[in-house]
Amino acid sequence: MHTSTNLVYLIALPLFSAALLLILGRIADKWGHIFATLISAAVFLIAGIEFFAMQGRSGESRAATQKIFEWISVGTLHVDASLLLDQLSICFVLLISGVGTLIHIYSIAYMSHDHDRRRFFAYLNLFIAAMLLLVLGDSYLNLYVGWEGVGLASYLLIGFWNQKPAYATAAKKAFVANRVGDVGLSLAIMIAFTQFGTVTFAGVKAGASGASTGALTAIGAMLLLAAAGKSAQFPLQSWLGDAMAGPTPVSALIHAATMVTAGVYLITRSNFIFDASPTAQLMVVIVGAITLLFGALIGTAKDDIKKALAASTMSQIGYMILATGLGPVGYAFAIMHLLTHGFFKAGMFLGAGSVMHGMNDEVNMRRYGAIGKVMPITAATFGLGYLAILGVPPFAGFYSKDKIIETAFNAGGVKGILLGGATLLGAAITAFYMTRVIVLTFTGTKRWDEKAHPHESPFLMWAPMAVLAIGSVASGFLLSSGSALVNWLQPVVNENHEHHAEEFLPPLVVSTMALVVVAIGVAFAVLKYRTVPVDAPANVSVFTKAARKDLYQDSFNEAVFMRPGQKLTSGLVITDNRVIDGLVRSIGWVIQTIAAALRSIQNGYVRSYALIMVLGVLALVTAIWMVTL
Amino acid sequence: MDISNYIYLSALLFTIGAIGVVVRRNAIVVFMCVELMLNAANLAFVTFSRVHGNLSGQVASFFTMVVAACEVVVGLAIIVTIYRSRRSASVDDASLLKR
Repeated sequence: MHTSTNLVYLIALPLFSAALLLILGRIADKWGHIFATLISAAVFLIAGIEFFAMQGRSGESRAATQKIFEWISVGTLHVDASLLLDQLSICFVLLISGVGTLIHIYSIAYMSHDHDRRRFFAYLNLFIAAMLLLVLGDSYLNLYVGWEGVGLASYLLIGFWNQKPAYATAAKKAFVANRVGDVGLSLAIMIAFTQFGTVTFAGVKAGASGASTGALTAIGAMLLLAAAGKSAQFPLQSWLGDAMAGPTPVSALIHAATMVTAGVYLITRSNFIFDASPTAQLMVVIVGAITLLFGALIGTAKDDIKKALAASTMSQIGYMILATGLGPVGYAFAIMHLLTHGFFKAGMFLGAGSVMHGMNDEVNMRRYGAIGKVMPITAATFGLGYLAILGVPPFAGFYSKDKIIETAFNAGGVKGILLGGATLLGAAITAFYMTRVIVLTFTGTKRWDEKAHPHESPFLMWAPMAVLAIGSVASGFLLSSGSALVNWLQPVVNENHEHHAEEFLPPLVVSTMALVVVAIGVAFAVLKYRTVPVDAPANVSVFTKAARKDLYQDSFNEAVFMRPGQKLTSGLVITDNRVIDGLVRSIGWVIQTIAAALRSIQNGYVRSYALIMVLGVLALVTAIWMVTL
Repeated sequence: MDISNYIYLSALLFTIGAIGVVVRRNAIVVFMCVELMLNAANLAFVTFSRVHGNLSGQVASFFTMVVAACEVVVGLAIIVTIYRSRRSASVDDASLLKR
């Protein structure tokens, strides 16, 4: 294991920048955004240097560690604040700092009219620091700190325009839904500590081989709950759509490319637990399959361009979670889809932001139409992302998504057919709703508001989109040529190539099937949206109505959790007021009554006091006499 | 002479004093009743001293007399002060210390 001294700067630099910009306040307004962007670029530079340094070291010693300080030393619990940069972490570090820097650059232009641009950049740097701590921590507890940190940054950024009550509520909703998942993560850490006496990844990995299946399943289920909260997976998915209240660069960075994929990282990092517990793996694939269809269905009916993309994100992360549940062979494909998705989804979100920028922050796609002519660069970069998410060869999604579909079919038996069918169906629906977004936004007739004068966005905005579009085109090929990523991740996920023997369907057949269903989806969308009414039609099928309402996820949460919770709270308030306060008050009342009776003795007449004294002495003498008798 | 007669007298004097303290309003009379109770106790002390054949009881009665003298000094001073301010020596008039 190599020891590095540079890793701490990856976290310290953006953290320092965030603190500086927040403490200096308005003084830093003029240069805050430039400073934050430079810091982010410096982090990417350090990450790049570390990556090439890793390439220079051979297999075993590629992973680098750095102990920052001894954090907790209580009884048998010893936790160091130390960092681990291995083959898995570096993928995330490069993605986070790379896409993060592009989005910093984009935000300089996108937020240029905002009074609080400096605060926005401070939060972005805070997010970068927390996310890097999440992926660099060498123990579950260090990861937990980053996990909470990104939750905080996400909350602050969703509610960045918190002067609008609806946005502030959306931020709170995201925070609360994430807390449910966080409870899962803390429980998993506690179970791991009681079982193995340590919370480091290496320690838990060493202990997992000899542990009982029940304990591993419990840890796996709790980790899955944590992943579901952070990655907006079923049943904790409802916050992601509302999280689109945040500025669009935030949606691109946090709610598409990086933070929401933390759940995939967590499961991949804990591969030794899931590999040893088939029950936990089964739960993971079920959650993934449900979410990928769930998100895709929601995406078909959303008129808000950002919410359609958010539903798509949910669905694509469902693919990744499903892949992680398929055992050692799936992890690398999950990470590959995560990386390619990071490029094309961030690119499409930035494209959506560019359109909104030109259309006076209009998000309703029914008010768009024919924007491709006035915003050619945006349309081109968005289009490349679109081809990538559809999985058209040779774009990125073709290499990553087809591999997941293929691996799902190869899971074997009924399970394989069900999972493969779900992923294929998901691909068809994805093609439908993404084509719908393209058709409604960039082609067709103008349905603009009279005040809208769309124009191409400035260079600072389209340059990051162009870079991400290049990533959407090339990343899939680069990562999969010669199984580059699979071999790179092999030391972390223990993939041993034995599974390739039992192929249910040859790759060519899977790819053909995927392309056919995608073509059907595209054709269906093109035919259906030849004419687009400006107002959403009201007499639609029950499925469309359900999808418009996010498949009733909020109604379900309200009916099952919120209302009983409110009843419980009001019941407790009544109990507190009547029973507990009543008890205290009645004690006071009894004492007051007794005191009022006793007070009448205090009449101020000396003779009456003398009489009481005489009676008291008589009683005392009588008592002594009775005793001694 | 039977010793019990002294004790009866002592008890009678004490009872008269106690009843006087409780029923009379004039502060001077109340004061005299207190003196009566003290002297009833003195009589009992001297009697028992005689019965036991030692001087402890007589010594105790001297103590009582000294205390009674002090009490007269302080008590009369208070009564005179109250009379000056209130033009009354009734103990019921000085009943400000009540609820």
